[in-house]
Amino acid sequence: MHIAEGYLPPVHAAAWTVVAAPFVVHGARAMVRQVREDPDSKLLLGAAGAFTFVLSALKIPSVTGSSSHPTGTGLGTVLFRPPIMAVLGTIVLLFQALLLAHGGLTTLGANAFSMAIAGPWIGYGVYRLTRRFGLSIAVFLAAMLADLSTYCVTSVQLALAFPDPVSGVVGSIAKFGGIFAITQIPLAVAEGLLTVLVVRLLVRNSPKELLRLGVLRRRDETTTPATPQESRP
Amino acid sequence: MSRFSRINLLLVALVVIIVAAPLVLGLGRGEEPFSGADAQAETGITEVAPAYEPWFSSLFEPPSGEVESGLFALQAALGAGVLGYCFGVVRTRRRLQGERDDVEDPTPPESDRAA
Repeated sequence: MHIAEGYLPPVHAAAWTVVAAPFVVHGARAMVRQVREDPDSKLLLGAAGAFTFVLSALKIPSVTGSSSHPTGTGLGTVLFRPPIMAVLGTIVLLFQALLLAHGGLTTLGANAFSMAIAGPWIGYGVYRLTRRFGLSIAVFLAAMLADLSTYCVTSVQLALAFPDPVSGVVGSIAKFGGIFAITQIPLAVAEGLLTVLVVRLLVRNSPKELLRLGVLRRRDETTTPATPQESRP
Repeated sequence: MSRFSRINLLLVALVVIIVAAPLVLGLGRGEEPFSGADAQAETGITEVAPAYEPWFSSLFEPPSGEVESGLFALQAALGAGVLGYCFGVVRTRRRLQGERDDVEDPTPPESDRAA
């Protein structure tokens, strides 16, 4: 989903930067507040950022014969909500733009919007809607759709900047969607499963933190594995 | 093996299968099988708008593919290292917590402790 450096016309690049900036600024304030009010959550914050770092570095082959990378934003979205994920995701994109020539500074706004803002918010919406069916199901769907929707947003961004001369924006969405979205489906499923695994391990090992973050609720404790002192009222 | 561990192993196995299947089945196509979708999008742009010239280039470009893959490996290693540290901390914390509770309050040890 990384739109390469210089590959968005200046007007588009500027517009996406303007759109993304408030989310990142708001997210940075939310993150400072989170760390101040709950210093113990720093550990999981690091874990969420690290998860994105790992997953977005891995280029994975897909059934379409090309390869692409997951986003890893589902975990941070579920644990810390989308505003904080906007900051973590943007940091990862900045690292890749500066050191790996992957993505770019001029396209940072557009890439941040797709990976760190739109994906997490869509994933979070799905998470809230499906949370009552169980934590694992909600986490799986949130992570999978955060990943997949990121690539759909990228396709739309490219289509808006480069409408097909004949079939227009719609034709371009189909073109770029064919490159990105189909490739991404199996990767998104894999990311969903991996995120469920990490959340399961956290539920087992760190239930108090998850309760405090609101990921676990009191009534979940009878159905989720918790430490002995947690399972008593 | 506890049910908890079995499900975790199943999740790992599924991820491995999803990732490995395209390689095992040889689904790669074109001159460079499994080329990056990001690079394909760049090609797509030049197809739709042949006249478009990128107006800005990266400040730093890894001088070779080897250096680039090294930096990607570094990124993954940093992430995996931090993630492993975090899991080590929460797991150890839980164990110490459990031992303390065992002393204060004779609860039966968790059945999954050995998992």
